[in-house]
Formats: sequence, structure tokens, C-alpha cells
Amino acid sequence: MSASLALIAIMAVLFAVGVYLLLERSMTRVLLGFLLVGNATNLLILIASGPAGAAPFFGAEGTMADPLPQAFVLTSIVITFGISAFLMALIYRSWRLANADVVPDDTEDLAIGRRTASVAAEREVAGDDTEFGTRAAAAVSTAVDLDELERLQDQESITEQLKLQKLMDEAEDGS
Amino acid sequence: MSALTPLVVLLPLLGAAAALTQARHPRIQMLIAVSVLSTVLVLGIVLLVAVDANGAIAIELGGWDAPFGIVLVVDRLAALLLVVSAAVLLAVLVFSVGQGLADGDRETPVSIYYPTYLILAAGVFNAFVAGDLFNLYVSFEILLVASFVLITVGGTELRIRAGTVYIVVSVVSSVIFLAAIGLIYGATGTVNIAQLSVRLADLPPDIQLILHVMLLVAFGIKAAVFPLSFWLPDSYPTAPAPVTAVFAGLLTKVGVYSTMRTEMIIFPGDELYTAILIVAALTMIVGILGAVAQSDIKRLLSFTLVSHIGYMLFGIGLGTAAGLSATTYYIVHHITVQTTLFLATGLVERQGGTTGINRLGGMLKSSPVIGVLFFIPMLSLGGIPPFSGFLGKLALFEAGAQDGSVLSWILIGSGAIVSLLTLYALARAWSMTFWRHADEVAGYENPLPTHAPMGVATEVQTARSTPRIMVASTAAMVALSVALTVFAAPLFDLSARAGQNIDGPGYYITTVFSGAPQ
Repeated sequence: MSASLALIAIMAVLFAVGVYLLLERSMTRVLLGFLLVGNATNLLILIASGPAGAAPFFGAEGTMADPLPQAFVLTSIVITFGISAFLMALIYRSWRLANADVVPDDTEDLAIGRRTASVAAEREVAGDDTEFGTRAAAAVSTAVDLDELERLQDQESITEQLKLQKLMDEAEDGS
Repeated sequence: MSALTPLVVLLPLLGAAAALTQARHPRIQMLIAVSVLSTVLVLGIVLLVAVDANGAIAIELGGWDAPFGIVLVVDRLAALLLVVSAAVLLAVLVFSVGQGLADGDRETPVSIYYPTYLILAAGVFNAFVAGDLFNLYVSFEILLVASFVLITVGGTELRIRAGTVYIVVSVVSSVIFLAAIGLIYGATGTVNIAQLSVRLADLPPDIQLILHVMLLVAFGIKAAVFPLSFWLPDSYPTAPAPVTAVFAGLLTKVGVYSTMRTEMIIFPGDELYTAILIVAALTMIVGILGAVAQSDIKRLLSFTLVSHIGYMLFGIGLGTAAGLSATTYYIVHHITVQTTLFLATGLVERQGGTTGINRLGGMLKSSPVIGVLFFIPMLSLGGIPPFSGFLGKLALFEAGAQDGSVLSWILIGSGAIVSLLTLYALARAWSMTFWRHADEVAGYENPLPTHAPMGVATEVQTARSTPRIMVASTAAMVALSVALTVFAAPLFDLSARAGQNIDGPGYYITTVFSGAPQ
């Protein structure tokens, strides 16, 4: 089987760019990445289906191309179309509700990050010469985006808990 | 008899179309949905009896011969899963009808709910009977797109946010699956599962391995196998209770079922069994450790769902007929019990206004029926004799002991520990929700943090009246799960026959290529 090198190169580029975009935070870019990766997969099926040039009609004059991959590609184009329409609706809805189309931070991660941050901050206050020193606190505090946190519905409860925890820890330290 | 096979897919699709035309008449939509699913349930039982008596059915659609046209194959495994999933879908549908009637359909835009639900059913049924890989891909897409709509139903910020993760992850797994199909077609020139199992064996081993791993990764994301399970506990709990119940029961099992077919028929060799066993152990342990740390019942159940996928992989990874029949029984058990638990949680949420165990209490007095409806499936999932969870685990452990390798003993050990931890996590949730007094709730300090961040049912809603129909459908599911124990002997025989059928590709190939469908 011989395949066109140009098609393979295009497929590779589409896959690469698509995967890069899929890893972005903005949902619009994720959508574009999905479209590119979907088209790259369609190209992959086309490349795998054999040489171009013949018609896929049963009983036609001359050689006949394999109709099955073309049916696959058609099906998957339709599916990609439907899913991207749904994704666009989702992005629009997310924009209307939250005024943002970025994938938000995982709040569980944030809570854990804050817990670590508060412990690290206390260590700093206590003047502990830990291995990481101030670096550990700095690394975690960049992970916590305060703008994101403001949008959390139950922010108060987190801070309350943290305060409580801090008080308890201090009480422990005092004793 | 074989002419009935396409109907299990066609009826829900036609029913969805008919329901869409009746968008302004929710009662007619509901009638269509209930009658379609009841018909499919009857069809499934007829098919199961026929297949068990006369052997598997293969039907070629559109009159094209086997390797070229689309083949639908119903063997014992597929028929059994058809029956169970139809029963579960019907019970959950009745539950959601009850919820919708009680709420006056304020929460769910009902004009799309029933059609989407039927399309989801069509996708699940099609996945069970698909005889070629591309048809399997299409059925995955059918059920995924329907599930996208259901998980974001209502379009609140929380659901959109959880849905985004679910949708992007599912879409990526679909792309991997499609790319694998493209590569497999390029390498073998067919997508017919029976023909693939013959032709793939002629490929060089390293190419076989690449194709094999690609398929397993695609199915692993769908089945929520560790480390590809991260998306599940974040996305499932935000959906409405009936939707979560049906997702938890069925969608992951479709992934497990496809993994079974891949391992036993498409790639019948044993190259990856060790890897699957290791992944199974990790899935069990990591999943249950997540569950132990949860204070929200829905999230807790989502983590046990991940954990118990490991048991099914255990049976597949053994690769013996005994392991496969145990897995078959376990899938049937888990579909029923996990769905029942989510439905019972839905009742708790209605009655108590929340699913956070830190804020619930004293429900055994206020609603003893719900307490019982939660308690029985809890014991079953935790593996307490005589319930079906115990029988399923016993069968798996027996199959593992027959295998006798060090790895399978490790899995037996971790399986036993995980089942205890499941019981621990669930029993704690049950006793805090039902057993402790209501006046202990205020000021109670639990070491577990309240799940404020994710916002899963954080605000205590006003408790609403629970319609009888919801309790009745949950009770029906509990009865079904108890029936799995009462009728364990015939069910085990059936699972054993189903397991023998798919132990190696021979039976499947002769079914597809025997010509006359019978």
C-alpha cells in the first residue's frame, strides 16, 4: 500500500496542533482543538483506505475504490459536527452564566492547596528553616487564583474552616 | 426470532422521534417512553431465552453478507446485559416520572428529557449487540451525546462546569477509539469483530500491541479505570438523581463489556493480562480510598463505582472461563445495586434536602422505608452474605484461586480489603444519615470536611414530599437486587455458559459466519 506523504504530513500537523489546543484552558480553544483532531482522524482513515483516484461505486467502469472508509469518514464528520454544535452551545451557556469560557480550577485542589499554603505560612511565621523555605509557600500561592476563589459560592465556609483550623493549630502550638 | 434483534435498537430510536413530536404533551411522551422500554425488556427476555436454548444469533443488516455488512450479534452475555439494562432503565424512568410529576417539571425541561433518555437507551442496547467495531463506535457516540444532554440538563452553572470536564474527556476517548479503528482497518481491511480476531493474529506482535492498547485506553476512559477515572467523581454527582443512577449503572459497564469483547475475541492472546490485573488492583484500592474520604453520599458512591470496576477487570484479567462468568455475574449485580443506591440517595436528598452526611440525621425515624431501601443494597455492595455482592466476589475469588498465581492472590487480598472498606464508607454514611438523632446534627464536628467547594448539594434545600411512585420504583430495584440472590443458581449457570461462550473467539466466529442466522 502506498500513501501520499503530503496527507500524512498534514495529518501529523493537525494532530499536533489539535492536541496542543485541547490542552488549553479556554473552552473555545478546546473546541478548535477537537475540530482539528477530528479532522486529523478523518484523514487517518482516508490514508488507511488506500490509493485515491477511483470512484467508490459498485458496478462502475474501471477500478473501484474501497467505499467503507469513505462511509466511516462521512459518519464521523457528522458526529464531529453534532458534538461541536453542542460544545458551542455549552461554551455560550458558560459565557452567559459565568462570563468566562475557561475551565475553572478544581475547587477540591484549591482547598487542598490552601490547606498546604496555611501550613507553609505558619511554618514561615514560626521561623522554621525547612528545606524549601519561602519557596514552597510561593509555589502554592501562585496556584491559588483569588479571582477564581471569589466566585466560589461557599467561600465563607472554607475561610471559616481555615480560621478554625488555624486557631486549633495555634492552640496546639501554645500548649 | 432473529428478526427481533434490530428492534431493541430501533424501538427506542423511533420512540425518541415520536416523543419529540409530542413536545407539548409530557404525559404522552412519558407513556411512549415507558411502553418502549417495557417492550424492549420483553424482547430482551425473549432473546435471552431463545439464545440460551438455541445458541447465539447473528443477523446481517441490509442483506449484505457477514464481513461487509453490519452484523448484530446476540450471544448469552449480550442478551443477559440487554435484559438487565432494560429493567434498570425502566425502573429509573419510572423514578424520574415520579420526580417530575411531584415537582411539576420545574427542574427538568421535560420536552427533551424523555427523547434523550430513549436515545441513551438505544445507544446502550446497540453497544451490546454491535458485531463490528465501527457500529460499536457509533453506539458509543449515540449514548455519549445523549449523556452530554442529560448531564447538563437545566444548564445551571454547576452542571455546565461538571459537564465540561465529562464532555471533553469523553470526546478525547472517542477520538482515540476512532483513530484505533482507522489503524485497524488500514492494517486488516475489516472492522467485523469476528473477522478481526482471525486477521489481527497475522499482524506483527508490536503492531498488534499498539492497536490493542489503543482500544483498551479508549474503553478504559469510558469504564473509568484507574488512572483514567479522574473525571467520573467530579461529573456524575452534579446531574439529577435519576440521571446519575442510570449513568452509574450502565455507562461504565458498556466500557467494561467492550473491554471484555476486546480481550476475549478481538485480541484473544494473553499479552496484557498481567497489566490488566495490576490496573484492576489499583482501580479497586485508589477508588475506595477516595470513597472513604468523602462526606457527600453521591460523591462517595461515585468513588465506590470506580473502585468496583476493578473487580470486573479482575475477572477479565484472569482470562479463564471461570473468571469471565464471575465477571458476568458481577456486572449484572453491580448494574442493579449501584443504580439502586443512587436512587435511594435521590430519595434521601428529597427527604433530607441534602446529600452531605454532616448535615443529615435522624432519618430512620422520619423515613424508615428509605432507610431500609438504602440498607439492603449497601450490604450487597459491601459483600455481606447472602446478598449478590458476596456471591459475585466469592465467584471472582474462586476463579482467582483456581488461577493460583501470586498476582491473583494479591488481587484476592486487595479485593477482600476493598470490600470491607466499601462497607465501612457506606455504613458510616448510613448510620450518620439514618441512625443518629436529629438533634446531634447541629454542632457536630466531623473530621471529614463538608464538601462546600464542589458545591454538590451544599445548600440544604427545603425537604420536599416524596411521591410514592419514586419509593415504589426504588423498592422494585431493591427487589431485583434481592432476586439476584434468590435466583443465584440459575443466574450463575447462565453466567457460566455465557463465560464459556466468550472464552476464546471460536464460538463468536462460528456464530457470525455460520450463514443462516439462527
